[in-house]
Amino acid sequence: MDMSQTDAPIEPVDAAHESAVSTRNISKNYGEVEALRDLSLEFPRGQLTSLLGPSGCGKTTLLKIIAGLLEPTSGEVEVNGKTVTGPGPDRAFVFQDFALLPWASVIRNVAFGLEMRGVPKAEREDRAAHYIKEVGLGGFENAYPHELSGGMRQRVGLARALSVDSQVLLMDEPFSAVDEQTRRKFQEDLLNLVRNENKTFIFVTHSIEEAVYVSDQIAILLPRPSRVSEIIRPTGFRHKDADNIRRDPEYLDIVDQIWASLRTYVE
Amino acid sequence: MVSRSLLLKILSALILFGAWEIAGRIPVSLAFPTFLESMSALFRMMGDGTLWVAYAETLQPLVVGVAISAFLGIGIGLWVGLSKTFDWLFSPIFIVMQAAPLAALIPLLVLAYGIGLTSKVLVVCIMAMPVIVLNTSSAVRNTPNSMKEMARSYLASDLDVILKVIIPAASPVIFAGLRLGVSAGFIGAILAELKITPTGVGDIITFSRSIADYPSMYAAIFSIILLAVLFLNLLEAIESTLFKGNQRGYVSD
Repeated sequence: MDMSQTDAPIEPVDAAHESAVSTRNISKNYGEVEALRDLSLEFPRGQLTSLLGPSGCGKTTLLKIIAGLLEPTSGEVEVNGKTVTGPGPDRAFVFQDFALLPWASVIRNVAFGLEMRGVPKAEREDRAAHYIKEVGLGGFENAYPHELSGGMRQRVGLARALSVDSQVLLMDEPFSAVDEQTRRKFQEDLLNLVRNENKTFIFVTHSIEEAVYVSDQIAILLPRPSRVSEIIRPTGFRHKDADNIRRDPEYLDIVDQIWASLRTYVE
Repeated sequence: MVSRSLLLKILSALILFGAWEIAGRIPVSLAFPTFLESMSALFRMMGDGTLWVAYAETLQPLVVGVAISAFLGIGIGLWVGLSKTFDWLFSPIFIVMQAAPLAALIPLLVLAYGIGLTSKVLVVCIMAMPVIVLNTSSAVRNTPNSMKEMARSYLASDLDVILKVIIPAASPVIFAGLRLGVSAGFIGAILAELKITPTGVGDIITFSRSIADYPSMYAAIFSIILLAVLFLNLLEAIESTLFKGNQRGYVSD
């Protein structure tokens, strides 16, 4: 089995310059409550890293700290060698609840990031239209979010994140609010996206199967206070096509192994 | 669907006016005219110009008061909603204003500001402003956090967040507050004309009651309700053209 694991805290697997994002000794306290303690993690460029763990383990908190939406109590985040002080053009966020503007049409929602960057209207609508087609929503440019299904709304969220052309895509349980069949389709599309776009993906999920299916690297977070307990790099089945991954013995072994280490933390 | 809702509205008006006509014919009181008598009085007053002259008078404090309440009310409401400090500073004032027995306060206003336009505008404002401020501030406070985070993560400035996310997201509740505020403003305008000095529509009401011309009195009351309803519909039309996707909930939520 081709799989490397170490105990926390983890040294970068690849050379330092290969990390698109690094978090160093991140701690986050909410008053008395310690959400994250001294968490260090490397996110290799061009790969998808999942943050996986039981609820309350601080994975969304970590993602929002990387996004610059939350400030860590101590420690720092570097994206492409630059310390993060707030949201930046190098990162785009996909939200669990889609976070679409209900009064704006699909095209305006997708173009929102470009609008905030000051891209002229004609150009941003061209680029938005391109990504709307790319996520398979061609023809829905002028629809409003309430006219779309949950899965389609998340495609809008994804198109918005792609259209700003950031190096790093931060995804906060993006498929948890869509139905099972749509989720499977999304996971397959995500694999293609990782393969075709030269972007770094950071993906928060609570689904073990989903994490193993889509990830190049899985960081398992354990709660109270949150820390990285293991890093798993499924490599044996990455080259296989989407249909065969779920039948691969390594896939099944990793799923079992992760469940074994998480089960004691699930109430 | 549109024509059906229109039909229902017409039906509801017909039932109301029919009941009015019947009650007037019984009659429930000698001081209660029938619907048709009231309407003929209304058209007579429209014909000889008394109604227009009266409205020229009544609309002054109403328009000025509602305009001040809307601009100041939404402005203060935004401020109160965005800042805890201003919430603590201003909210109590408007809650007291809303609960105050206005009719009892009018003599104080007259003492301070006389019987002119100022007092009447103040009455309209005291009626209209609190609900606009309180609705606006609570709508602003309840903007979904993920929408604000979304805007910030896509590099929106604080001003962008307010103009492009908070205000549109709050707009349904702000407009609900405006509608309530405007209706309260109409009540305030008539109250001012009845309690301070009889002018305009208030004068028609007071005068026709004193000479027992009840059809004219009810015609005047009817006209002010009609104007309020028309104005509220106008507000609704403005809202639905400004924020198209807002009024409908999500189909699958």
